[in-house]
Amino acid sequence: MRKFLPYLLLIPTFLVIILFIYWPAADSFRMSLYKVSPFGNRMIYTGLGNFQKVFSSAEYRKAVLFTTLYVPVTVLLTIFISFFLALLLNQNVPGTRFYRTFIFAPYAVSPAIAGTLWTFLLNPVVGHVNYFFMAVFGTQVEWLTTKPYALIALFFASVWKMMPFDIIFYIAGLQSVPDELMESATLDGAGVLKKMWRIQFPMVSPITFYLVIMNIIVAMFSSFAIIDVMTKGGPGGYTTTMMYRLYLDAFAFQKTGPASAQSVIMFGLMAIITVIYFVFGERRVHYR
Amino acid sequence: MKRSTRIRVNTILIEITLVIVSFIVFLPIILAITMSLQPPEHVFSFPPKLFPRGFEIQNFVQAFHTVPFARLLFNSMLIAVCTTAGKIVTGILAGYAFASFKFFGKSLAFAFLFATLFLPAETIMIVPLFSIMRKFGWVNTYWAMIIPFMASATNTFLFRQHFRTIPSELEDAAKIDGAGPLRYFWSILVPLSKAMIGGAAIINFVYAWNMYLWPLIVSMEDQMKTVQIGVKMMIDAESANNWGIIMAGTLVALFPTLLVFILLQGVFVKSLVRSGVKG
Repeated sequence: MRKFLPYLLLIPTFLVIILFIYWPAADSFRMSLYKVSPFGNRMIYTGLGNFQKVFSSAEYRKAVLFTTLYVPVTVLLTIFISFFLALLLNQNVPGTRFYRTFIFAPYAVSPAIAGTLWTFLLNPVVGHVNYFFMAVFGTQVEWLTTKPYALIALFFASVWKMMPFDIIFYIAGLQSVPDELMESATLDGAGVLKKMWRIQFPMVSPITFYLVIMNIIVAMFSSFAIIDVMTKGGPGGYTTTMMYRLYLDAFAFQKTGPASAQSVIMFGLMAIITVIYFVFGERRVHYR
Repeated sequence: MKRSTRIRVNTILIEITLVIVSFIVFLPIILAITMSLQPPEHVFSFPPKLFPRGFEIQNFVQAFHTVPFARLLFNSMLIAVCTTAGKIVTGILAGYAFASFKFFGKSLAFAFLFATLFLPAETIMIVPLFSIMRKFGWVNTYWAMIIPFMASATNTFLFRQHFRTIPSELEDAAKIDGAGPLRYFWSILVPLSKAMIGGAAIINFVYAWNMYLWPLIVSMEDQMKTVQIGVKMMIDAESANNWGIIMAGTLVALFPTLLVFILLQGVFVKSLVRSGVKG
């Protein structure tokens, strides 16, 4: 009994991950090497043909470019704002519990709803943020349908949605910075800013590293809903990320082969991120 | 004296900044409430109002007519509750196996499970998981939205970590008293894990309730969609852009997760940090 029990206990979990994670993952590798025959009734082996098609497509290259703009900026903004807010919340001034509830609230909001709320706030007629910008800068902006503004609109929603996760982790990290360290720095005459940059920021660097990795993953993959609700990848494909391109090719255009090749590219990117995480993460974790 | 005044000034400055920041961060939700309570004639008033002119529930009633919102709420609830229960049960079982047993292939099994954390779930869903669902004939069914999400590495690791904090003397004592591993599991381990189960339940529920991409592609009929998709359907359906109605629907879709979060914030934050799950 004791001998077989652990295997029995693992069956449900492994059944699910094999059937619904590993099998489909392997399947997308296989499907990336095939194309659908002209009549759509069988699969023809094309080698790396799908990858060639993907890389030579101007639309895909555009999506790659947009992703390399959207992801890093979103992540940097989120990290900096979150660290700053975590520092404030970590001072434990009266009412901190209350402030935390409000600042953490977007965590409970789904990406789709975050997108809806910001679509409303930026609406040219009824939106408050839009009104605010008009009052301050005197220009009427079509946020979601004109070129640089659609990207800025995505930043608003993405950063707002991703922030609480980072703040929660930063607060946990800041609490582990020893009080004696901060006190002795104060006695040495270090100001608030100096303590922040020379002590607190380096002390939480393993957390920053973890958060950067997590934020990259979220911005690359889970921002799908925000984009689908707010801009649908537009105007004219401007805000189409690699993930959104993959969705469009798979469902709107039914290009199974190229879509599978794109999935494989995404797996590759994820593998690179993972390697970076373990190679550099290990070294930094020892810092603690 | 001088130092204490400086600290007091700092405290006041921090206090003021925090009031402003929390207000700004929460503002989108406040404005959504304002808009949802706005009587129709004020929806397009300019400049937009910060607080509602009146208290109308008409928009909420309308929201339930624009899309089959009651049905969507039922779908979301059913899917979220079932996947949450499933993930916890499978997670507890697998976590117990990893925490308390030595068995052949253990580290391999662990690595196999761990590796799933580094496969992008959204990418797997779009092409291959969908085609598997078609093979199973599960497209447009609850099965497709529940069964593939009944287990996760995160839950297994969460319970494994927790079980390892429980002293092994308890297990030895149970063994001496003649309790088998299952008896020990059921009458000692599970009751000692109530707080952990609660925390995991909240995280899993919020995750399931907020899913978007998968229900979008796997449910074709309106009757099978979830509230998250319902909100998007409203934006697309309301060609007159009646934001009062759209915001009413949005708030209904947001209410369960926001309520759970505000009531159980402490447990939530603790479990989140412990599990380190993706946002």
